[in-house]
Parts: sequence; structure tokens; C-alpha cells
Amino acid sequence: MTQYMLSVRHAGAYPAMDSPEAQRMFAATGAFTDRLKANGQWVFVGGLQGTETATTIDARGDAPVVTDGVFPESKEHLAGFWVIEAADLDEALKLAAEASKACNDPIEVRPFHSM
Amino acid sequence: MSASPELLAEVDRIFREEHGRIVAALARRFGDLDLAEDAAGEALVIALEQWPTNGVPSNPGGWLMTTATHRAIDRIRRESHRDAKHQAALMITDDTPHAPTGPVEDDRLRLTFACCHPALPAEARVALTLRMLGGLTVAEIARGFLVAETAVARRISRAKAKIGAAGIPFRIPDENDVTDRLGGVLDVVHLVFNEGYLAGAGDDPIRSDLTEEAIRLGRMLRSLLPEEGEVAGLLALMLLTDARRAARLEDGELVTLDQQDRGAWNGELIDEGHALVRECLAAVAGGGRPPGRYQLMAAISAVHTDAREATDTDWGQIVQLYDQLYALTPTPIVALNRAVAIAELDGPDVALAIVDRLELGGYHAWHATRADLLRRLGRSADARRAYDAAIEAGENPAERAFLARRRDELG
Repeated sequence: MTQYMLSVRHAGAYPAMDSPEAQRMFAATGAFTDRLKANGQWVFVGGLQGTETATTIDARGDAPVVTDGVFPESKEHLAGFWVIEAADLDEALKLAAEASKACNDPIEVRPFHSM
Repeated sequence: MSASPELLAEVDRIFREEHGRIVAALARRFGDLDLAEDAAGEALVIALEQWPTNGVPSNPGGWLMTTATHRAIDRIRRESHRDAKHQAALMITDDTPHAPTGPVEDDRLRLTFACCHPALPAEARVALTLRMLGGLTVAEIARGFLVAETAVARRISRAKAKIGAAGIPFRIPDENDVTDRLGGVLDVVHLVFNEGYLAGAGDDPIRSDLTEEAIRLGRMLRSLLPEEGEVAGLLALMLLTDARRAARLEDGELVTLDQQDRGAWNGELIDEGHALVRECLAAVAGGGRPPGRYQLMAAISAVHTDAREATDTDWGQIVQLYDQLYALTPTPIVALNRAVAIAELDGPDVALAIVDRLELGGYHAWHATRADLLRRLGRSADARRAYDAAIEAGENPAERAFLARRRDELG
């Protein structure tokens, strides 16, 4: 068995949470998730908050560099991910610095919407 | 009854003093920067309604804090369907002290570290710090940095949103933090000071509202972190720089250090700055950590302000301090400043050889330094071209006036 990440690519703003479009989207993605669960194909699902909430840390050098936002170069792609639980962004950044060193790549840290 | 201008000025002063404390305390209590800021603002409105009639209370800071806290609780009750907030409101009755999380227990320090978090864009850190800790209005910040109010408002609201959404904590960092968090805070304060002192564009060569606010923040950090050498270093650097303010301009023209009327320097600020530098030196000599860049820059300033006349300056010591600074932060700008000191010690030809190797072609101070060295070497035609380039690249009106006069005096 291989695990896959289905990364939702989205451009522009989402419709308001309480709009009919958003409600239809929630219903459809919820149903898809339920089907995956019923089939034993489900590992984890979460909706990421917008890129304006992202922080990138690059600890490949001696001093880790923290910047606001997502990876600055668009040619980089999402190569894999961990989902971690941390008390706050500082704790998450500590873990992300270790991850950055381990895989020798910068790591983007972004919070999930609380459910 | 309307408020007198004196009372308004007094309320403004008190509010500036207390704003950071109130916002910080409410932010920690309720975990909501927006709520904290709004409640502080509402307390000010109530003060402006009541104080003209009832007089300023004997403990205005406590009055503002209590009023703001009540406003915050009122708002949470109104919005009590928001569960998390309702829980937070219940914390009001919880008198157990918060667990210590760092060396100093002060909400303002937590708020400072949150506002200067490296996960926020640099310009947002500055705006947020001035708004939350300094109590400056959006309009005042926009004026200080010559940007549109809407841009400042947007920076602040985005930064607050990120603090909430990304979970930037209100806590004092420890040694395990991945970046130099205190250095980041000091850089924000230094940037505010420099923006005021070395104003880039605009009509005012010095914007004292920003320099004064930076010094106020520096004093606050000093009282919260009295053991940190770099905090003392930054405060000393700002005091020793600000002490020369009155002598730095004459008839709208910049006066260079060697030409300044040293009698016009502020002796009180110099004494205070020198005392801080001596304290740093003693701590290092006593086995403390080696000095960081703010302590070194303060020490350089201390050597300058120690000389009764410009010709008494101990250039050997200044070069030595620049050597240390360059070892710590090897930037071309430090190299440029070091070369200026080298010119005094070893002559303008030695300095020019160093300056010409630096890749700072877009930096007005590089051209201005070259111009002065070429002038001293008698190379008038080259000097004239360098002055032209410096005037072209510079934005500060007083500095441009000075450079133009120097250029026109060339033989």
C-alpha cells in the first residue's frame, strides 16, 4: 500500500463560509471523505488556512531563517508533509527546523482550521 | 464641559504610557489582540468624557486598565455565543497566578516578542509594535513612515490576523528558540530610531516623534531586561546619537561630526549613554558574553562623544571597535564606516582603496564617502562626480544641501 496526499490547488478567494456555494462544497467534500472512510482509504483530511497565514523556515544554514509566507520560488512543489500537533507557532517552528535539517529543504508551516 | 488643551495633552501622555501595558495584559488574559486594542481605545474615549468633569484620577493607569478590562468583558458577554471567548471571560474570576514561562514576568515583554515575531513581515512588525506598545495611531505611523494610512491599517490587521490564526504565542522566548528573538526585537526598535534620525525622504530631516518613541521603547526593554547587554547597548547607542541632534543641523543643512558644535550636545543624554556603555564593558570584563553589535556601535559612539574636540578623537580605538563589529557582521556598510575611521588613522588614500573595493554603488553614503576622500586627496574632478552621484542617490534634504555646498566649494 502507498499513501498519497491529495493537495487541493486553489487560486483566488474562497466564497464566504455561509454562502450557498461554500455549503455545497462542504457537503460534496464531506461526502467524498465519508466514501473514503467507508472504503478504508482514509488517513487524514484537513483544510489549510490561506497562504497569508503561512510561515517558512529554512534551517539548512547555521542560523535558521524565518520568513512570512509560502515558499518564495514557485518552481518548488509540495514534496511531502508531516502533520504535527504543537502548542503554538514557536513550538511548531522548532519541530519544523529539525524537519528542515533532516530533509535538507525549507519547510512551510501552516495552521489547519480548527474543527 | 470641554477639555482644555492641557488636559488633552495630559490624557494623551498617560494613554501613550499605559497603552502597551493595557493591551498586553488584556491580550494575555483573553488571547485576542483585536479585543485588547478595541477595549483600550474605548477606555480612552470614556476617559475623555469623564476626566474633564471629574478630574484625572489619582491612579490614571489603574483607572484605564480597570475600565478597559470591563469593556472587554462586556464585549465578550455580548458575543458569548463564541464559546472560546466565553471561557476566557470566566478566567476573570480565576486568581491563580500564571505559570512563569521566562526570566521576566511582564505582559508587555510578551506582547513585544509577539509583535516582533520573525513570522510577520518586517514592515508589519514595526507598525504593530508602534501601534500596540507605543499607542501610536495608524495616522501617526503612516506619517512617520511616509506611507498611506490604508497601507498601515492593512499591515496591522493582517499581522493581527496571522498572530491569531498561526498561533504566534504571547510568551517570552527561551534559549531553545530557533532564531535570535531578542535581536529581532532590538532590530525593530533600531529601525524606528533610524527612520526618525536618518529620515530618508520627506521635508523633515529629523522626525523626532519616531526617535523619541524608539528611545521610550528602548527604556521599556531596558527596565524589563536589565541583564541583557545588547538591550543596554541599543539604548546607549540611541541616547548617544540623539544627544547630538541639536548640533546635527544648521540652517537646514547637515553638519558632519567633525564640524559639530560639541557644546550643543546634550550632556545629560551623553552621561546616561556613557554609564550604560561602562556597565556593558564591566559585564564583558567580568566574564559575561562577548559584546554584540549594538554594544559595539554604542562603544564607537561613546568614543566619539568622549572627545572634547573632533581632533581629540581616539581613532585607533574606533578602528579596533569597527574590526570587532566587522568580524561579527561582515557587511559592506560596516566596512564603509570602518574605512572612514581608517582615513583618519592611515590617511585618505588607504581608505579610498578600501572604499573602491566595496560594492555599494547604489548607496548614497558610499558616494558621499568617496567624494570626501577624493576631495581630501585633491582630486577635484573625481570628487565633483562623486558628489553629484551622492546627491542623486540621497533623499534627505539636509544631507543633499550639505553635499551640494561641498561640491560647489571644490576648486
